[in-house]
Amino acid sequence: MTAVTLPPPDRFSLRGKTVAVEERAEILVVGAGAAGCAAAIEAAKAGASVVLVDENPVSAGLVGMDVPFYFGGRATNAVQTPERLVEQALETSPALAEALELGVDIRLSTSVWGAWVNAPGLCGLASGVAGLADERKSWLVGFDRLVIATGARDLNFTFAGSDQPGVMGAQGFHTLIARYDAFAGRRLVIVGSGALATQTAQSALERGLEVAALIEVRDEPQGPADAVAALEARGVEIVTGHVPLAAHGNAEGVTGLVVADRDDADHRREIACDTVVMAVGSVPVIELLDVLGAKREMAPDRGGHVPVVGEDGATSLGEIFVAGDCAGLGSGAEAAGRRAGRAALASLGKAVSATGADETVTQDAALKQPAGLAYQLDWARAMLATGGDDVLACICEGVTRGDLLGVRPPRYLDWRSNAPGRRDLATLAEEGPVNQDQIKRLTRACMGQCQARRCREQVALMMAIGAGVPAESVPLAGYRAPVRPLPLSVLADWEEGADMDAGWNVWFGIATQWIGYEDIGTEREAEQLRAGMPY
Amino acid sequence: MSDKGTSVVIVGGGVTGLSAAWWLARSGVAVTVIEKGIVGFEASGRNGGGCTHYQSPLFHEEQRLWPQMDELLGYPTEYQRGRVIFQVDPRKERFHEGLGLRLPKGYDWEVLEPRQVRGLVPLAGDNVVSGVRFHFGGHANPQRTSQAYAWAAQDLGAKIMQHTAVTGLVTSGGRVTGVETARCTIGCDALVVAAGPQTGKLLAMLGIDLPMAAARAEMIVTEPLEMMPFTGVDGNGLYGRQTLRGNLAYGGGPHEWFDDVGLEEAPPKPSGSVTRNLAKRVAELLPKAAHARVIRSWSGVIENTPDGRPVIERLASPDNVTVATMSSVGFGLSPATGHAIRDLVIDGACSFADLSKLSLSRFEGLRPDWREHLGWLAPGAVEARVAAR
Repeated sequence: MTAVTLPPPDRFSLRGKTVAVEERAEILVVGAGAAGCAAAIEAAKAGASVVLVDENPVSAGLVGMDVPFYFGGRATNAVQTPERLVEQALETSPALAEALELGVDIRLSTSVWGAWVNAPGLCGLASGVAGLADERKSWLVGFDRLVIATGARDLNFTFAGSDQPGVMGAQGFHTLIARYDAFAGRRLVIVGSGALATQTAQSALERGLEVAALIEVRDEPQGPADAVAALEARGVEIVTGHVPLAAHGNAEGVTGLVVADRDDADHRREIACDTVVMAVGSVPVIELLDVLGAKREMAPDRGGHVPVVGEDGATSLGEIFVAGDCAGLGSGAEAAGRRAGRAALASLGKAVSATGADETVTQDAALKQPAGLAYQLDWARAMLATGGDDVLACICEGVTRGDLLGVRPPRYLDWRSNAPGRRDLATLAEEGPVNQDQIKRLTRACMGQCQARRCREQVALMMAIGAGVPAESVPLAGYRAPVRPLPLSVLADWEEGADMDAGWNVWFGIATQWIGYEDIGTEREAEQLRAGMPY
Repeated sequence: MSDKGTSVVIVGGGVTGLSAAWWLARSGVAVTVIEKGIVGFEASGRNGGGCTHYQSPLFHEEQRLWPQMDELLGYPTEYQRGRVIFQVDPRKERFHEGLGLRLPKGYDWEVLEPRQVRGLVPLAGDNVVSGVRFHFGGHANPQRTSQAYAWAAQDLGAKIMQHTAVTGLVTSGGRVTGVETARCTIGCDALVVAAGPQTGKLLAMLGIDLPMAAARAEMIVTEPLEMMPFTGVDGNGLYGRQTLRGNLAYGGGPHEWFDDVGLEEAPPKPSGSVTRNLAKRVAELLPKAAHARVIRSWSGVIENTPDGRPVIERLASPDNVTVATMSSVGFGLSPATGHAIRDLVIDGACSFADLSKLSLSRFEGLRPDWREHLGWLAPGAVEARVAAR
């Protein structure tokens, strides 16, 4: 037996390579909505160094990609000048103005694309680290505590023609009318009739827009009776027992929405409109929490997958706090923000003001999802039954519902063997619990450039239907940094340290690994080891 | 618990174990794969997809098999033939000389001028200094290939038990006679251990020391771009490919060693430690793709033996156990590895390659502090150990 030839000591690992942060904050707050502003104000009042980051106003390019909301091609040219929108944001948000006055370092048009804390398998960080980016560059910020207040995004269901301009989400609509003053539509059909839909309709009417109808899959409107009555009084038709079947359109996008009887797709009618707003529900934005590895739970009445949250917005990770809709829909943003801000400070051993310390976070029942996933499943089932298999489940990747249910290889492979035809979601479910990440990789549903913002939930619902399992049992399709689509040139660390360059190898840099088998144990092995890695 | 018997139990539903299952099932052997999670869900399904491993004794078989795999399996692997490697760092202009010394005879390759590189790789820029083209090797889709093995094996009667972690091995008369799981104990005539980073822990159940350490490596993926005439492209310290969908998927750079990897742990997520450095190198390699948006990243846990070489061996004792750890280079070789494992299990020896230098016995007498000696330690581990003293 010959002794093993060991390679030289490893200089290609992360050991000794420090993650260089460009700046530091005691408290980093993500999201400048009500919750985030409240947290930042609370922390700043106690004298902490606070950085408050919000991606809005986003660039026209991201608006076009439906990031972070489903803008549906209905933004005006105003989004081409985000500078104007920055001013507007500061003018129209008293909380943001107060935070600014208190010395909070506010970064608008800046996204947080990742965040990390030390955990098993990640040991090299000096503190918490968040990745930030604007239109030109990315950088890293070290933090002692991170308060995540990223709100909610749109729950979407697709139908024939929904991949054309004019089909959008309620959050996207709200952002365009209220934050950006940049909405291009005139006449709306709103899908859904819960509190989100009735509020969306009220906002639209207040701004002088026409609302033709609210579409509801169930037999009764789901929103508060007085709100529904008020809409009807203003001529808004409430169409119950129906779902969107197809959007008709021209070069400028939607010209009408065909709605079908939930139980009889042949029973249909077209409603003229230039915009269809999906307002069935919202989804907590838990991207960063999932990248961080915070514990999650499935809470249908709070919007689905949400972080496990303690009293004061504490998560399973000591450095991370949450507030507002991202912690679960309807959790009283402002009060929750204040509490999370104080809790974050307290966890750093900092004194916090006693004022309002016993304030309770009230749940806004109106903003909870009507009956959670059961309601979403009603929509998914009815839209599948009426619209059929040919509707795209994932717009970016062109994956139809049929492709998804049949677990078919993507069409660009032009696969002709019939072997995959013996497989579908039901057969896969017999082999073990269905998993959305597995389905993603096999069918490519949810793998596109919108990072599955437009399809993640409906794909999970279709999977539950196809596999015959409860929707609550489908595991979350994991989020991965960067949670915003960033150009290579922006994400790139153009000023990386010399240690990274010197200690970079294409693989592990284990010299003995690449010696040809015949050469092992010969003089040629020794020669090659002296020469080092081939490239 | 019922004792469900099978002829061969394979522990590990990654590419190596799944390929072995397919090969054994093709030979009519009753085989059961036990996988703690989902097939191909760890490093097997998350890697660069390269199929070009000329250092390996399995290389010739790797090259013979890949062009046939789609047809043999009946499911798509997305295999694409050939490889272009080029450099943009002037210090690496003559990299092909070192490379040439290592390429086996009989495989066609050529040195490319920068302009030829740009012809094959339109996303490359004016900074190309030199390149090579292999008319062999290639790349495939890791997740799709892993699933293809699994389905093809099932089509031939193999059983695959997912979400089933091994809790113990049953021995009797110097042989392994069963595998214990939380669900049941499965009797077997032969055992194959191909469990990646957990292989060492499983062998330890038999009192056998297989030295290995696990680490995380990461990749980034862009939005789809127009297909290049040639997709198996890397260089500039990166490995990767343009997928058949058009995404650029690239990895490389520093890994993070783990102190330990539990038998039931979920796959880790990317740490972000090299994300921006990867983006820089992809933008340098393919400047005309610098505008392309990165839409996700991956990571996988990968094991290495102290010399970075596989252990592929049917043990002398217990003599019905075959071990395969590919030491961080498993995906591309998997068609050949499965064949080798099939031979070892059924015939006791590999029919097409000498594997004697990949025996576990080479680690006898290995210094006990080999991880410290090699510096294969988690970033915080050294400081923590010093502090403890």
